[in-house]
Amino acid sequence: MSLTLIFGLYVFFLAAFTGYQVISKVPHLLHTPLMAFTNAISGISLVGSLLAAGGHYGTASTVLGAVAVLAASINVVGGFLITDRMLRMFKKKGGAR
Amino acid sequence: MTLSLAETFVQLLYLAASILFVLGLRDLGDAQTARRGVLLAEVGMVAAVAGTLLYGVGVTGVIVRWEWILVALLIGSAVGTGMGLWIPMTKMPERIALSHAFGGLAVGLVGVVEYLEHGGARMSTLQITATGLEVALGALTFTGSLMAFGKLQGFITGRPVTYVGQNASNLAMIAGTLGLIGLLVVQPDAAWAFYAVATLGVLLGVLLVLPIGGADMPVVICLLNSYAGLAASATGFALGNNVLIICGALDGFSGFLLGMMMSKAMNRSFSNVLFGAFGAAPEAKAVTEGAAPAGPAPNVGSVEEAAEVLRAARSVIVVPGYGMAVSQAQHAVRDLANVLQTHGCEVRYAIHPVAGRMPGHMNVLLAEANVPYDHLFDLDVINDDFSATDVALVVGANDVVNPAARSNQSSPIYGMPILSADMAKTCVVLKRSLNAGFAGIENELFVRSNTMMVLGDAKKTLMQFTAALKE
Repeated sequence: MSLTLIFGLYVFFLAAFTGYQVISKVPHLLHTPLMAFTNAISGISLVGSLLAAGGHYGTASTVLGAVAVLAASINVVGGFLITDRMLRMFKKKGGAR
Repeated sequence: MTLSLAETFVQLLYLAASILFVLGLRDLGDAQTARRGVLLAEVGMVAAVAGTLLYGVGVTGVIVRWEWILVALLIGSAVGTGMGLWIPMTKMPERIALSHAFGGLAVGLVGVVEYLEHGGARMSTLQITATGLEVALGALTFTGSLMAFGKLQGFITGRPVTYVGQNASNLAMIAGTLGLIGLLVVQPDAAWAFYAVATLGVLLGVLLVLPIGGADMPVVICLLNSYAGLAASATGFALGNNVLIICGALDGFSGFLLGMMMSKAMNRSFSNVLFGAFGAAPEAKAVTEGAAPAGPAPNVGSVEEAAEVLRAARSVIVVPGYGMAVSQAQHAVRDLANVLQTHGCEVRYAIHPVAGRMPGHMNVLLAEANVPYDHLFDLDVINDDFSATDVALVVGANDVVNPAARSNQSSPIYGMPILSADMAKTCVVLKRSLNAGFAGIENELFVRSNTMMVLGDAKKTLMQFTAALKE
């Protein structure tokens, strides 16, 4: 087993644990925005897509990579917009927000 | 290993992005701070993407074909903006399913490109394992989410599709996929095995979602959310990129946690939802066939009769369900509540965790109709209040108010926590027809003596109530 893997597993499990703690505090009220939100941040795979599309590995890689960039950027942009659009609608009585 | 200044800078940007994502999630814990959380995460995302681009194009030259990237980014952003701004709130489950499909697709394709690039031969054990898992999960999430989307949209039947040996063959395919990934570890250049993994992932996505019924969609959507996250995490392992590992883990566990909550709200286990369709469907059918002809007739009331009941009510609890989303009745609900409130009637909303097709579905729809969120109550908070309430107004909900869950041990939903709408003095149920619900389970609430069924489109009926009460 390589040290890189060990480091990666540390990062993974600590992030999972942190996520569990933080997410279990999100009320039922906001569960749909939560899904849209986590979907948007998992669009971070855009970083991987950029490297895949930009490399000089051949046309097939470039095209597949570009499709990946397309799909991931739809999620990032759309995900954040729609999360915010939903959250704007949640108002307490009197709409004093 | 010492990093160059530019590399250090990019890695620190990734670290900052990770911290901002966690802080953003924390802010999502409260409706008051949630929008700030989104802003934090947006800043993190821009930092990570800009850092990658600048570093890749300007510093290392890893990214050489930036024209393609630019075009894809522009189109993607335009499509994302369109979807973000104009998709109606009632279509939110469909949009979430689609976005999981995009997420799965992106990750799966990155995995394929990695494999193409290295040809497998030069990949370390870690890289090839992670890439295999990434491609399998990505492909599975892609087709599985498209299936979920199709079921939600009605392209594909929402009823469970089952056949003999379904679970056995699915399990065999999962085992086969893992076996092939194992083979790749030993023999990284076996390209056929790699593409077989991808193909099995594509097939598994379709086959695993096929037997799951529409009412179980909330759990499936959560699970696909989880898979999309885990696939992104696997990408992180393959590329040695921590921010991907972290985001994937956050997304993966968020979906897992929500799925657990949904299963618990249905008194079922994860595995029962995923593999239970085969056993549950015929059982439910037997119950319906036996009970339907002999049972008492439901008490069907006219709009006028129901409006009189509402006029006399001092307290009303609205129980919304998927039917409210289908008939887009949330604004009509709000209008009726306004009129009732001007008559001095107290109106509250009882939200069952699995009402609708995704977690929080009803909350979002009611928020869109300007219902203040402090009028919405979770099951455990409001359930004891039904007995002291004049009218429970059930708008397109069925299984979540079925008393069989409390009393009938042979019912497939026995043991599921339900909203006690039947305890209210009068229960007014808005329903399209007297046909059995989505899950095909007979609902004895409809034939109770204190229940009044008003048949027809919920939105229209609600508008007629409002008009009658305004007179």
